Amino acid sequence: MNSLCKLLAQRLALGLLSLLAVSVIIFLAVGMLPGDVAQAMLGQAATPETVAALRLQLGLDQPALTRFFHWGWQLLQGDLGVSLANQRPIAELIGARLGNTFSLALLAALVSVPLALLLGMLAALYRNSWFDRLLNTSALSAVSFPEFFVAYILILVFAVKLAWLPSISNLSPDASLGEVLERSLLPVLTLSLVVVAQMMRMTRASLINLLASPYIEMARLKGIGQARIIFRHALPNALAPIVNVVALNLAYLVVGVVVVEVVFVYPGLGQLLVDSVAKRDIPVVQACSLIFAATYILLNTSADVLSIASNPRLMHPKG
Amino acid sequence: MSLYTQLRRAPLSAKFGLLVILLYVLVALFAPLVAPFGETEVVGEGFAPWGGQFLLGTDNLGRDMFSRLVYGARNTLGIAFLTTVLAFALGGFCGLVAAIRGGWIDQGMSRVVDILMAIPQLIFALLILSVVGTTTTSLVLVIALLDATRVFRLSRAVAMSVVVQDFVEAARLRGEGLWWLVTREVLPNAAAPLIAEFGLRFCFVFLFISALSFLGLGIQPPTADWGSMVRDNAVLITFGDVSPLLPALAVALITVSVNFVVDWVLHKSSGLKEC
Repeated sequence: MNSLCKLLAQRLALGLLSLLAVSVIIFLAVGMLPGDVAQAMLGQAATPETVAALRLQLGLDQPALTRFFHWGWQLLQGDLGVSLANQRPIAELIGARLGNTFSLALLAALVSVPLALLLGMLAALYRNSWFDRLLNTSALSAVSFPEFFVAYILILVFAVKLAWLPSISNLSPDASLGEVLERSLLPVLTLSLVVVAQMMRMTRASLINLLASPYIEMARLKGIGQARIIFRHALPNALAPIVNVVALNLAYLVVGVVVVEVVFVYPGLGQLLVDSVAKRDIPVVQACSLIFAATYILLNTSADVLSIASNPRLMHPKG
Repeated sequence: MSLYTQLRRAPLSAKFGLLVILLYVLVALFAPLVAPFGETEVVGEGFAPWGGQFLLGTDNLGRDMFSRLVYGARNTLGIAFLTTVLAFALGGFCGLVAAIRGGWIDQGMSRVVDILMAIPQLIFALLILSVVGTTTTSLVLVIALLDATRVFRLSRAVAMSVVVQDFVEAARLRGEGLWWLVTREVLPNAAAPLIAEFGLRFCFVFLFISALSFLGLGIQPPTADWGSMVRDNAVLITFGDVSPLLPALAVALITVSVNFVVDWVLHKSSGLKEC
């Protein structure tokens, strides 16, 4: 138990360390600008005096280390700075969008995780049958499709030809829950299709790997049924890799929302990020990247932690 | 087994994949001969329908859709290929060196890669592109650098199992230099998984560049590119017209094909027959 705690603490520390490193990188990215932020904000035509004044106002005359700590301290207090494009506080811009993005990813996860696990188990159970081949080929194809392709096919079928669902998901704050669900159904479906394939393939692979081991052979020789072998004997041991796969795909989901949000004009963080990159509004890009990166690291770290925690062998270390 | 018999015994999906890849390469190489119009030539009204003079209609600015699709093969495939080669040259070499040298060189490079991999690739790319601006050169360099981290991981892992073998030790004792160890001892024995990885990475880079172009942050107009072609003509979809989907289909088809071939290569080289 002691070594388990130590292992977990190590992972958590590693996660925190990468978060720190990432924030340093994101901070330094601005320093790579030709000229500096003040120059970029005012453009080529600015007089040297106005640039100098703005530089003073932004505190750019301070050494980089001081600015980093200042920036980090403000971040911790929830102050993300102001946008270069419209001078509004970034926290205000991000506020509602953050919730939208997370609810989109969460809904997609709720749809895709059970579906992927079920399909993966069925594929492992009936492996090398036509059902398995069909699933495998379609999963391989789905992985290779660009997200916008999947999205537009869904729009073409469900929004244009069948006219069941709206093709854009412009949420208004006073929309009812039903309306919100209806509008975000297509983005959720797109995201799910993309991650289900990956998760299913890995679930199938880890189960099949286990089914080749001697103790399963033994169970089979005893005459236990296929389904019982899978659920009773194989699944508990396959849990660690599966949990890992699920968490990694959720991390992928958080990033995958960017393209999907743009296709469906969904008012989320991804769209804000893409717009800000086009406008080169660097403080907003920094804030959005930091949020995405932090979520990604959090999910990856929990993948590690969960796979350690669900591995029974680590509970009883030898010696 | 000769190459010919191996190809004949390949599963249908791999044959299909090879055929499609060959077709794409031919189209990319002979683009000016295949395309009826120029890449950026405005030849008619915007959004002309299919048929007649324009095989697949025209795009939003009145350029021939089919010609742009053909030139898109050349631009998008070329840039993705160049990026993957760069990523492999950088990541592969560093990975092999890390495995052979070990010690602090290995530790240092591995930790840097760990940190770079902790940031989601798309977000990182967007961050850097917003700073350096979206030119094709910066696009290629940024994606190659980010992808090199993945290649580094794999090539280091593969090389690690080769480095401990006796013949490498023998070469070391002979006093061979680093360059010899990398190119003559380790690389030939690590080639098979790296080649399969090249296919997978190419797919990834290709999808990545298409996604960035689709977001308007990748290959810039007026260069014909499949991602931005979807973006420019997406409005047609709401009228039930499928032509904006054609470039996306082109992207999907080539990645599926490469994946099919890689799947076959991996299956063959692992010698595994799934039970």
